[in-house]
Amino acid sequence: METRELTCIGCPMGCLVTVTLDNGEVKEVTGNTCAKGDIYARKEVVNPTRIVTSTVKIVGGDKERVSVKTASDIPKSKIFEVMKDIDAAQATAPAHIGDVIIKDVAGTGVDVVATRNVEAV
Amino acid sequence: MKTYDIVIVGGGPAGLAAAVAAKEAGNDSILILERDHELGGILNQCIHNGFGLHTFKEELTGPEYAYRFIKQVLDLGIEYKLNTMVMDIAPDKTVTAMNREDGMFQIPAKAVILAMGCRERPRGALNIPGYRPAGIFSAGTAQRLVNIEGYMPGREVVILGSGDIGLIMARRMTFEGAKVKVVAELMPYSGGLKRNIVQCLDDYGIPLKLSHTVVDIEGKDHVTAVTIAEVGPDRKPIPGTEERYTCDTLLLSCGLIPENELSRSAGVTMNPVTSGPVVNESLETNIPGVFACGNVLHVHDLVDYVSEEAKRAGQNAVKYIADGCKEAEGANVIELCATDGARYTVPSTINKDRMDDLLTVRFRVGDVYKNSFVSVYFDDERVMHNEKRILAPGEMEQIILQKKKLDEYPNLKKITVKIEKE
Amino acid sequence: MLYDVIVIGAGVTGSAVARELSRYETNVCVLEKCEDVCEGTSKANSAIVHAGFDAAEGSLMAKLNVRGNEMMGDLAKDLDIPFKRNGAMVVCIHKEALDGLKDLYNRGIANGVKELKILNRDEALEMEPNLSENVEGALWAPTSGIICPFELNIAMAENANMNGVDFRFNTEVEDIKKGEDGNWHLRTNNGEYVARYVVNAAGVYADTIHNMVSADKIHITPRRGDYCLLDKTVGGHVKHTIFPQPTNLGKGVLVSPTIHGNLIVGPTAVDIENKEGNNTTAAGIDDLIAKAGDHVRNLPIRNVITSFAGLRAHESHHEFIIKEVEDAPHFIDCAGIESPGLTSSPAIGEMVGGMMKDMMGLKEKANWISTRKGVKKTEGLSVEERNALIKENPAYGTIICRCESITEGEILDAIHRPLGARSLDGVKRRTRAGMGRCQAGFCSPRTMEILHRELGIPYEKITKSGGKSNIVLERTKGEVSGS
Repeated sequence: METRELTCIGCPMGCLVTVTLDNGEVKEVTGNTCAKGDIYARKEVVNPTRIVTSTVKIVGGDKERVSVKTASDIPKSKIFEVMKDIDAAQATAPAHIGDVIIKDVAGTGVDVVATRNVEAV
Repeated sequence: MKTYDIVIVGGGPAGLAAAVAAKEAGNDSILILERDHELGGILNQCIHNGFGLHTFKEELTGPEYAYRFIKQVLDLGIEYKLNTMVMDIAPDKTVTAMNREDGMFQIPAKAVILAMGCRERPRGALNIPGYRPAGIFSAGTAQRLVNIEGYMPGREVVILGSGDIGLIMARRMTFEGAKVKVVAELMPYSGGLKRNIVQCLDDYGIPLKLSHTVVDIEGKDHVTAVTIAEVGPDRKPIPGTEERYTCDTLLLSCGLIPENELSRSAGVTMNPVTSGPVVNESLETNIPGVFACGNVLHVHDLVDYVSEEAKRAGQNAVKYIADGCKEAEGANVIELCATDGARYTVPSTINKDRMDDLLTVRFRVGDVYKNSFVSVYFDDERVMHNEKRILAPGEMEQIILQKKKLDEYPNLKKITVKIEKE
Repeated sequence: MLYDVIVIGAGVTGSAVARELSRYETNVCVLEKCEDVCEGTSKANSAIVHAGFDAAEGSLMAKLNVRGNEMMGDLAKDLDIPFKRNGAMVVCIHKEALDGLKDLYNRGIANGVKELKILNRDEALEMEPNLSENVEGALWAPTSGIICPFELNIAMAENANMNGVDFRFNTEVEDIKKGEDGNWHLRTNNGEYVARYVVNAAGVYADTIHNMVSADKIHITPRRGDYCLLDKTVGGHVKHTIFPQPTNLGKGVLVSPTIHGNLIVGPTAVDIENKEGNNTTAAGIDDLIAKAGDHVRNLPIRNVITSFAGLRAHESHHEFIIKEVEDAPHFIDCAGIESPGLTSSPAIGEMVGGMMKDMMGLKEKANWISTRKGVKKTEGLSVEERNALIKENPAYGTIICRCESITEGEILDAIHRPLGARSLDGVKRRTRAGMGRCQAGFCSPRTMEILHRELGIPYEKITKSGGKSNIVLERTKGEVSGS
């Protein structure tokens, strides 16, 4: 049996939630005040994910960096691998919102897409 | 210079939403004046996600959210001028502005919408002792440098203040390879969203020290170290609790101040609590035809609420012009009051004859309240009593007033919002 | 190169001396350890042009204060510096101290201060309604004024430079020796400089420099003073400069409007040893806030936009030392230049210039330029004037500093003029960009862009004020590849 403590992000209460795990399976969630806390804690313990946002170098455009995000959430454990690919990437203008900047970033199966328009100059 | 019915000062989220709403309400003579080189305002540098859940039912980044409105402005053919600074708004609603192409020009507007946003409280206003070297930034300035200009201020960071921009920048700097050593917060609670504390600090093991402040800044040319100390209930540092952190960057996220210099010189009456204009149910200031919305009115935490508020300002400006630019009749004005933990309300007055069927009244509380009630009194009678598990200063609260309910109280003079234990 | 005169220090004293020397046929160089003029005591003080009733009767300080005050009006006109005689009041809040006020009056009269007057409680309150309730009387000195210390310093240096004086920045004097050639050899971090005469105007370092050449050692104590600067919205809280009655630590905490419409409160007075110790302290600021309320009521201290500290170059005799050093001929000290140093600077320049003219047998230049135009300001221009300016140069149509309404045109002017700005603080002191209520939060990235474009300085090398004060460290994600 293993226990993990989390702060629920559902509302400003920030309940301290304790999750009891047995072989990676959630046995019990305590400390939450509402159902939101239960759902959050189960996901956060078993499969925490995040959307990563950053910028990518871009050449030939009216700006030198284009802001980007992962098109959907990626495993939390992969954040810094994703950032490594983002740091190494270089786009060429023009880029528009939603354009794929990196395909299948860090083997996550998720693309990194532009979140702003950079026009070619 | 062409004349316009409605001049909107600021092309950020508030200005854009006001413009779109005004156009859709039937006015074709609208001009947005924006001081930066693009529309979108501060959202352009807020490249993180979390915007738009209320408005678009999806989670967008700042630039994406801004672009949804910019696109509407472009599609609707609303006129705007970039790189244009509004220098003055006269009480008669003549707007004086300037840019390099047009020079200085004046527009006699029928209605003006104030949408200038806010600025960050600088180090100077915080009276932080120590040297005054390079390497001290307000979090938003650092955000612009990193996200727009593409430059790193430093590699070892201490952050004072746990406002959302500071929290977001803690993660952002970490992503860019910096080490964020600590976030110190003067108050015993954070002003930021819980989600940001977890996902920007906890995820990366960045400590948040509540009831702490910066007591010394070292470094003659550039920051070399910062000392923080715990503060007592009087918010004064407790001797002996000092901790020194070597660092090359100090970011400040210690509050936002609505940018109302233009409003003041126009003669707009200010609310000392919000540092924004006093407005009525139509978001109109004491000067008929001058409306305010967004962070210039009061600092919001969700842009969705800014857009919603700005939409009303835009619609009301059109209505004001359509009704012949008349001063509101003062006969049926109800005063709104905030007491017992509620710090202010927006609006401050309601003219029942001009209110919509439903009116959202927004306010903030002055402290953290658990298991309390938001109560609304019509004169001395309690008419609303909503239980809240938590109320926090960082989160804007709202109540919704129904016109038909107000109609049941024909002699109503005063509506009071308070926080009650039971 | 052999210079006739090397002036050490480009503060107000060094710059005033350089300007006076630029009248003559002689080659002069100013060595400054910082990256710009006005980096030491000259940049962090009360910015008051004192009337002259404070200094001891018969002292050099008294003489130069009164003379400097007299000169300031014409100098400000010649050099296009904002200056106003707003008048000062020394406020007495204890009946038993009224005699002290009378003493001060008598000393002022002896020093040659004009138009002094003792006011009773009612007269004082009528002139300045926000004085403390406890006011018993006041000394009124209408010749006292307010000035921009940066502009005074910069203008004198610019004018000297226009008239042929060299300025070497980032050049710190490490040692001085008398060579066998009879000249002074100054070792610096930027090589050796040689001169026939040396003027020591090194501020808090004047003792270090003096002691390199003389067996008769002097000691300068940096006397730190903390200040608070308040927003322009409360700049009118008092109209005159309000002093408490002086003590042996100085003139005390004053409250005054500044020439640019802010309100200044300060300084404290703490003797320290660290000549670079211009850090503010919590105790200092608390002390300031506590004291400032004694003489002015309802002080809107909440409206502070910045606090800073300056170091006064205090010599134990509290007297200016301006003379040729006895055991080091051709070496002239300007040491112990503490308050009223800013006021006195034109008179110090005049005195040292006169001394050196006689010593060196200097001849006046035929083509000396006595005037200088400051950075063209746009504040207060009419719509027509603005538009004429923008038509000529569109940069005057772009506002860079929102708080102070400073245009790109003004910043370009500040960069491309004699001894132009090369850092954010350099731009700030010449134009006020970044000096307003947001304290450069908005304009610093824009000003960096302009410095980068105009001077070709890489972003990473742009500094707040020279040295290691770079604003950004490096590009995010490195440079682009293939370009």
